[in-house]
Amino acid sequence: MSSQEEIPEENLPSEQGAAHGAVERTDDPFADPGLPAHRPRVQDIDERAAKRSERAVAFLFTLSMVATVAFIASFVAFPVDKIVFIFPFGHVSILHFSLGLTLGIALFCIGAGAVHWARTLMSDVETADDRHPIEATPEVKAKVLEDFAIGAAESGFGRRKLIRNTMFGALALVPLSGVVLLRDLGPLPEKKLRTTMWRKGKQLINMNTNEPLRPEDVVVGSLTFAMPEGLDQHSEDFQKQIAKAALMIVRIQPDEIKDKRELEWSHQGIVAYSKICTHVGCPISLYEQQTHHVLCPCHQSTFDLSDGARVIFGPAGHALPQLRIGVNAEGNLEALGDFDEPVGPAFWERG
Amino acid sequence: MSTADDKNRKAPAGERVADWADGRLGIYGLAKANMRKIFPDHWSFMLGEIALYSFIIIILTGVYLTLFFHPSMNEVEYHGGYVPLQGVMMSEAFASTLDISFDVRGGLLIRQIHHWAALIFLAAMLVHMMRVFFTGAFRKPREINWLFGFLLFVLGMFTGFTGYSLPDDLLSGTGVRFMQGAVLSVPVVGTYLSMFLFGGEFPGGDFVARFYSVHILLLPGIMLGLVVAHLILVFYHKHTQFAGPGRTNRNVVGMPLLPVYMAKAGGFFFLVFGLIVIVSAIATINPIWSIGPYRPDQVSTGAQPDWYMGFSEGLIRVMPGWEINFAGHTLVLGVFIPLIIFPLVLVAIAVYPFVESWVTGDKREHHILDRPRNAPTRTAFGVAWLTWYFVLLVGGGNDLWATHFHLSINAITWFVRVAFFAGPVIAFIVTKRICLGLQRRDAEKVLHGRESGVIKRLPHGEFVEVHTPLEQGDLHKLTAHEQYKPAEIGPTVDENGVERKVSPGEKLRAKLSEGYYGEGSQIPKPTAEEYKEITSGHGHH
Repeated sequence: MSSQEEIPEENLPSEQGAAHGAVERTDDPFADPGLPAHRPRVQDIDERAAKRSERAVAFLFTLSMVATVAFIASFVAFPVDKIVFIFPFGHVSILHFSLGLTLGIALFCIGAGAVHWARTLMSDVETADDRHPIEATPEVKAKVLEDFAIGAAESGFGRRKLIRNTMFGALALVPLSGVVLLRDLGPLPEKKLRTTMWRKGKQLINMNTNEPLRPEDVVVGSLTFAMPEGLDQHSEDFQKQIAKAALMIVRIQPDEIKDKRELEWSHQGIVAYSKICTHVGCPISLYEQQTHHVLCPCHQSTFDLSDGARVIFGPAGHALPQLRIGVNAEGNLEALGDFDEPVGPAFWERG
Repeated sequence: MSTADDKNRKAPAGERVADWADGRLGIYGLAKANMRKIFPDHWSFMLGEIALYSFIIIILTGVYLTLFFHPSMNEVEYHGGYVPLQGVMMSEAFASTLDISFDVRGGLLIRQIHHWAALIFLAAMLVHMMRVFFTGAFRKPREINWLFGFLLFVLGMFTGFTGYSLPDDLLSGTGVRFMQGAVLSVPVVGTYLSMFLFGGEFPGGDFVARFYSVHILLLPGIMLGLVVAHLILVFYHKHTQFAGPGRTNRNVVGMPLLPVYMAKAGGFFFLVFGLIVIVSAIATINPIWSIGPYRPDQVSTGAQPDWYMGFSEGLIRVMPGWEINFAGHTLVLGVFIPLIIFPLVLVAIAVYPFVESWVTGDKREHHILDRPRNAPTRTAFGVAWLTWYFVLLVGGGNDLWATHFHLSINAITWFVRVAFFAGPVIAFIVTKRICLGLQRRDAEKVLHGRESGVIKRLPHGEFVEVHTPLEQGDLHKLTAHEQYKPAEIGPTVDENGVERKVSPGEKLRAKLSEGYYGEGSQIPKPTAEEYKEITSGHGHH
């Protein structure tokens, strides 16, 4: 510390050297040499090369014209439903294919021509433009602030507080009308997500055959999809109902069922579970016969159907709801009630 | 000031039209400023153009599609030209999409162009955004334009989502169901939001019509405004350029708008359009006829969203299924957390310019682009973000990875869970190292010249490789970048021994600044003295 106090920095040799260097900066080895001289292209020198470029551009533009004519011809000539084999694309609609190629070529050639023209025949001399600061000069800024102050003062906005406050109030309230109008976008949730179409006594209808399911139809290793009796594909709310009521049915040897309640709610090892994944609601459709695991193909949540359909892998948060089933007087499978918990994805009110 | 002579001269028709317009719009003034405006040239500057042109193509083809599409969820029995689906119940939306594909001549082509252009639009925006990011083109005065671009990307994602959901096919319907399940997970208001969005229980009969107005009017309207604003700002700020001989922060070097840039950019529009049309002709995308109409109880395997939604798919797939039940309520963290991270992933990159400008404290305008290596921390952050994004994309396609590469889906999921946290960190460290290595190489090149490949044998038998010195332009280019010094807090005790309060923000800033520009975060560029000493003769190397 003391040595520094004795000799002022600027007198040290190192500082002297630097100062000396600063003078020499005029011949900075890294100095900007400025824009390099323009190098002429062959088209700039040789008129024959330029002519060649001109012909190339004209050829591309002509090709585009030809392609457009071919487009119109294809549109008229090819029927909309004609399928042909074109290697390596396979079986394609000849209309679609020819329209696409001709239009594509017509457009591409215009582009290629224009770019070739720009690159070979238009001047390629680089020039420099000045930039100007975006910020306003202090004078301009001062003038603007002054104008604003005058304008604000003339309005009395700051002075007449009553006007200001009521105006803010009015502007803040008026959008509420818009918000209120949005209310009828949909009904309130109420208990809608807690119930499905299943009721005691509703028969299980096979989705494929539209016939009531009988226990003997369900063999070990098969996966069957069912819907409640009375639901028709043509009915107006079919999509809404099936989104909650879709059911999958498998038969498991009763001694392989690990969950006690599952066994009770089954019919001789036939178990019925909601098909709607408890993650975000995809229909589960992959079944592994040996392990009785089902997998949702959307996000790979995996459930063990022999153990209360608990989650064994993936992002689902809880087990699939089970539907309690039995057999009615006619020997068909029937529901013994609705699901005892909401099906599908979890939500705040689910509990 | 028109003289009698002027009046007597009969102006050509074009000039008379221009005069007429000028008298009402002032076009001569506009043209004076812009007709010969200079645009710098670099291949990476065309990425934004691809995005712009695909946006125009989407609008053109989209208008055509609205002429034939019926945004209705009324169930009808199909009796159109596609035989395998005849007699099947489907929504009018799906049926009219089939009609566009099979009964309207050229309808399939336009549909395919629309979809392909949408995929390319989003991809071009992302790559363009990365170009802007890695070259530091977002710095003052262009921060607002960065935000406009970011908003375009995000709105583009949602326009794409609402668009591919319109045909009401099995694949997109599954995506909408996913979205509805995610909305349900929102605490307190989730069920209400879902009911209001779908006009009741899922799927209801409203969402196609609602998505339609959002897809063709609301979002594209906003986007069109943003695109125009984005372009006006590009013109107003004048384009950035890379450092090089004759290029400074105060000029812009390149070719004039008329004719070169106009021909190149205009031509490029046709090139992009032409290529997209050809791709649409030969590569089928979204074949809704083989996917089938939506049914909430059916699904196909390998269901994937369009690529730009893939990272959200990854989030939802790899998140553990946490659910907390308390007091009769359920907190669906397994879905809600991904729903929260989804915007955060995007916001992380959007706010970066503001973080960097706060760390540097630099208030100057920047028109010279950085080479990514010369901003190692920024580059490393960008690569880390991209790694994050692509790890999630992998997660979004975990089933495809499993089936295509015969891997265990559980292993892939666990890999993504770990890589979600570790991947960006590793990418950050590796990228920074690579940047520093490249900086060293630049310094080496400046000081010793380029390796010529010529081996010389000296009189005493030693072999040396001859290095050719760089040209002046290259010397300037490799040393033109500016190197920040880390910001210091300065003495916390003044000369009178009074302690100065240092806010936590200030401390954080100094820490970050040290990390950005401190030792080990940049290689000091060669100084003139070093260069002179080496080139002055004594000592070859």
